[in-house]
Amino acid sequence: MSQTAQSTVVIEHEVGLHARPSVKLTQLAKSFAAKIEIATRPDGPWIDAKSIVKVMGSKTPKGALLHVRAQGDDAEAAVRSIVALVERDFEAAI
Amino acid sequence: MLRLVGTPAAPGMAAGPIVRVGGAKRKARERRSAAEERRQIDAALAAAQSSLTMLMDSMGDSEAGGILAFQLALLEDEEITGPLAAAIVSGAAGDAAWSSIMNTLIADYETAEDAYFRARAADLADLRERVLDALSGNGSQAIAPGSIVVAEDFAPSRFLATDWRDGGLVLERGGTTSHVAILARSRGVPLLVGVGPVDVSVAAEALLDSHDGLLVVEPDRTARDAFAHRRARHADQARADGLHLAAEARTAAGERVSVMINVARPEELERIDPDHVDGIGLVRTEFLFHDRRDLPSEQEQYLVYRAIAQWARGRPVTIRTLDAGGDKPIAGLTREGETNPFLGVRGVRLSLERPDVLKLQLRALARAAVAGNVKVMVPMVAVPEELAQVRALLAEAVRELAAEGIEALLPPLGMMVEVPAAALAIETFDADFYSIGSNDLLQYLMAASRDEPDLASLARPGTAFWRVLRELCSHGREAGREVSLCGDLASDLHAIPELLRNGLRTLSVAQASLASVKAAIRRA
Repeated sequence: MSQTAQSTVVIEHEVGLHARPSVKLTQLAKSFAAKIEIATRPDGPWIDAKSIVKVMGSKTPKGALLHVRAQGDDAEAAVRSIVALVERDFEAAI
Repeated sequence: MLRLVGTPAAPGMAAGPIVRVGGAKRKARERRSAAEERRQIDAALAAAQSSLTMLMDSMGDSEAGGILAFQLALLEDEEITGPLAAAIVSGAAGDAAWSSIMNTLIADYETAEDAYFRARAADLADLRERVLDALSGNGSQAIAPGSIVVAEDFAPSRFLATDWRDGGLVLERGGTTSHVAILARSRGVPLLVGVGPVDVSVAAEALLDSHDGLLVVEPDRTARDAFAHRRARHADQARADGLHLAAEARTAAGERVSVMINVARPEELERIDPDHVDGIGLVRTEFLFHDRRDLPSEQEQYLVYRAIAQWARGRPVTIRTLDAGGDKPIAGLTREGETNPFLGVRGVRLSLERPDVLKLQLRALARAAVAGNVKVMVPMVAVPEELAQVRALLAEAVRELAAEGIEALLPPLGMMVEVPAAALAIETFDADFYSIGSNDLLQYLMAASRDEPDLASLARPGTAFWRVLRELCSHGREAGREVSLCGDLASDLHAIPELLRNGLRTLSVAQASLASVKAAIRRA
């Protein structure tokens, strides 16, 4: 059944969405079937969280509020996982 | 047999097989069907992917590893592969389509506000080249020791990563004062430049004589014998010069001349006895900033500077502040796309544009001054205000350190004399010492690029240069300030008599030339 989900999280990572965090975020996003998008403002622009071109290209700095939304069968799990990744500062899950 | 003549850029002799690095140029690719273009670009992307994966595995979780992961992810991104496939279907050539997509991305990063993202433009350009190389079958092959490498041009980073034992380098282009030439001289690697297009078969046997500026491919018996003879003669000369190595340098008339060395990397000092030198006339600090993604911290710089000062055991160590720009770009710091980088934002001009970076370096230098006889030298000074601004920053750095309770000293502050305007008005500068950067001073005086082989005869010292040198030396004597020369001219055995005649008494030379320079002074 198709779901939609949305949440927000603050990027506390020391440098923002740099290479390593961006790669981790896109890799995680790709592990879900849902369409996942992120934005730094509630009214967008929304960008594809599975694209490194887009995620890195957003040049999001530390302290930015990241909006995450998803649509698809595993949308809720996807948003939860991505928020959790940002919250644990892009470290691997325990 | 084929004889090629070039300009000697670092003296030495080597015999071995030819290794061709990089095609003369990537050839324009012939048009093929869309399906074939697609197959080839897919293969190139896969090749780039596998080489990046191998590199990344050796990097672990470092920042550099993160950049490789970023490059790898780009290769798989549909935002790139989608438009690439579409362009090829509509008839574009694979290399042109790939370049166009990457160039758009690169342009976006180049204009980023944040220095970190701006520096990623270079990584994207790297990736673009990696795939283009794979497309044209130009992968970077390993170079075995004992090879004679022939290339159009050679990257300094690759030069440093290569084992040059018993080998040598021949460049089709390039000048004798390029960055690679400086490295070759300091490491004693035979280098011949400006030989023009070389059409030789790979693995052909060759003899390289960069004393006489000659490369002989597939030599006959006579050429072999002549080579062996010259090699023996140079070995004798080197042994004879070696007798001067440990001695103080004095002219035939008995006048003392200071002979110091130039250092581009601290590892070079491992091979040198500090008792053989009168100090270090130039430490280039660019190595601290190369091949990395971030800027070096104060602590990292301090430890390096301190180690060099300690090595010298009280002898003067002149450390030059970062001299980036020109032919020495640094990701995230220097400007890209300047129409004329040698007349652009380089040296102190760039440093004053980024006082945060300069201040950090000055703090590290002031701390290292506690450990030895450290002097600080500023490159590319054109007007007195530039030096005054650095002096103010240096004083501020020392005050800050004192307030933080960190041990530091105010080191003497001098300048490179390489801009003609500074050379001609030298008395207007508040400098504690002067060091003539003859490479740049010559190219600016003569308006002749140092990397243009066709202008090699112009970029030589003539009446104008000698007059400037004479006046600098006489000003130095009157003002009681040391004048030294740290450019390649100081290692040029033919130029040494003239340098001394014009009043110069301090030379800073390439380490490989230390003994021969001392011997030449003895003969002068």
